[in-house]
Amino acid sequence: MDTFIQLTLNGLTLGSVYALIALGYSLVYGILKLLNFAHGDVFMVGTFIGFGAIQLLGGTVNPIVPVWTLLILITLAAMAGCAVLGVVIERFAYRPLRDAPRIAPLISALGVSFFIAYSMQLLFGSELRNYDTFSLDGGALYLEGFDIGNVRVPMIRIITIVSAFVMMILLWLLVSRTRVGKAMRATSFDREAAAMMGIDIDKVIVFAFVLGSALAGAAGVLFALRIPTYATIGFLIGLKGFTAAVIGGIGSIPGAMAGGLVLGFAESYAQGYISTRWSDLLVFVILILFLVFRPQGILGKADIRKV
Amino acid sequence: MSANGTPMLELEGINTYYGQIHILQDENIVVNEGELVCLLGGNASGKSTTLKTILGLVRPRTGTVRLAGEDVTQLPTAHRIKRGLAIVPENRRLFGPMTVLENLEMGAYLRPKADLKAEFERVYELFPLLYERRTQLAGTMSGGEQQMVAMGRALMSQPKMLLMDEPSMGLAPILVEKSFEIIKHVNESGVGMLVVEQNANVSLSIADRGYVLSTGRVVLEGKAADLLQNEELRKAYLGR
Repeated sequence: MDTFIQLTLNGLTLGSVYALIALGYSLVYGILKLLNFAHGDVFMVGTFIGFGAIQLLGGTVNPIVPVWTLLILITLAAMAGCAVLGVVIERFAYRPLRDAPRIAPLISALGVSFFIAYSMQLLFGSELRNYDTFSLDGGALYLEGFDIGNVRVPMIRIITIVSAFVMMILLWLLVSRTRVGKAMRATSFDREAAAMMGIDIDKVIVFAFVLGSALAGAAGVLFALRIPTYATIGFLIGLKGFTAAVIGGIGSIPGAMAGGLVLGFAESYAQGYISTRWSDLLVFVILILFLVFRPQGILGKADIRKV
Repeated sequence: MSANGTPMLELEGINTYYGQIHILQDENIVVNEGELVCLLGGNASGKSTTLKTILGLVRPRTGTVRLAGEDVTQLPTAHRIKRGLAIVPENRRLFGPMTVLENLEMGAYLRPKADLKAEFERVYELFPLLYERRTQLAGTMSGGEQQMVAMGRALMSQPKMLLMDEPSMGLAPILVEKSFEIIKHVNESGVGMLVVEQNANVSLSIADRGYVLSTGRVVLEGKAADLLQNEELRKAYLGR
């Protein structure tokens, strides 16, 4: 039972990070019908910005600001930096190909992905970067928390899960309640009809990249709080975020959240009950099964075209 | 003719191409203030391209598009909408997974937020059904109901110049009549209208003037009453 609780907790932590990444895939896919394969690398840049920000704030052993301020500042820095990166990628790698056949921006996306990953490796080396959050407040983030049975739920996991869910709820509110969010939904359903309403499609696209990339930046920090990062981590994590988006139903926002959690649980249970060596295999077997048997995902609707 | 003589919409010497293909050839169209003009023509006559050119979804190679006297040929679509242009597109093009209310809201996308309430009241008064159905998803409505949403959505922006692309398409005859009554009603409130139609009979019966397009050229134009009597047109479009 304790094992199960522990694995569920791990799955929830991992899944909430995957969900944040999947949202970025879905936001962009919904509007541009483009699989933004550079998204995982935006996530990686987020982990690095977080790392750099920690060093600027004096490191974890002796930070110059209180712990909570530090956590908020590094997250905001990663979100802002990634948002800018997302806008730059859209402007230079995708917009010139807006009217090209769909394969062209896809190849461009792969190119951007490699470009970012290997530029970072060239600039900062390939070694692992550890946030060393254990040193914050003498390990408080790991020692404080609460217990379920014999399982400790440490503060650091609570932070990850709660902030991921808060961001998902905020995004959902933004998309369902605000005018710009509704414009995004309208654009993703019928781009030309949205333009006919006076919606500036370019602005909507840029906004989708800002939101998606900022979420990837936040996901990067939340992930790297516990797990060391490196320059080419974006490829695998990006693929997993993409898998989560497909499982949930790509283009669907609740789908991305559900897909992320399902994937997180699947990976965690596979690690615990089967083997850590096989967990990635399981993730991609799930992807293939979904692509074959339910390509619209858990919450996606089969493509209903307007009559 | 408007008081100051400036047309609401003016296409002058328009030539639009798709790649190498010359679609619109030297097209000249004028819609005066408060006028209801219909644009007739068969398939592939250039009707839809004309509307896209007016909206700025395609750019003409030569020629000028003017809204209330202002040259908007180089302006993006959103700027033209802001200047009082709106469209009820062919097949309505509603945002299916969004509610009626959200669809209407998108129609008023460029209106100041403070005016929204008044716009909603005006549209609900014209189409009381839309108020009853405001929380329904637009994609789940019948063709006639969707046509109301599409008209309501276009009117939410308080247009001065309204384009309508095949408003009768896919509607039962009784709804066609109803829908043209509403068009007439909206027009009488002072909105300039350009109605693109295959159904020449109904549209000419409510229009002030008409143009007939054939392979991208205006081949006939005149008062609606005269066009209704025109032998050639009767043979070609009215089936008699």
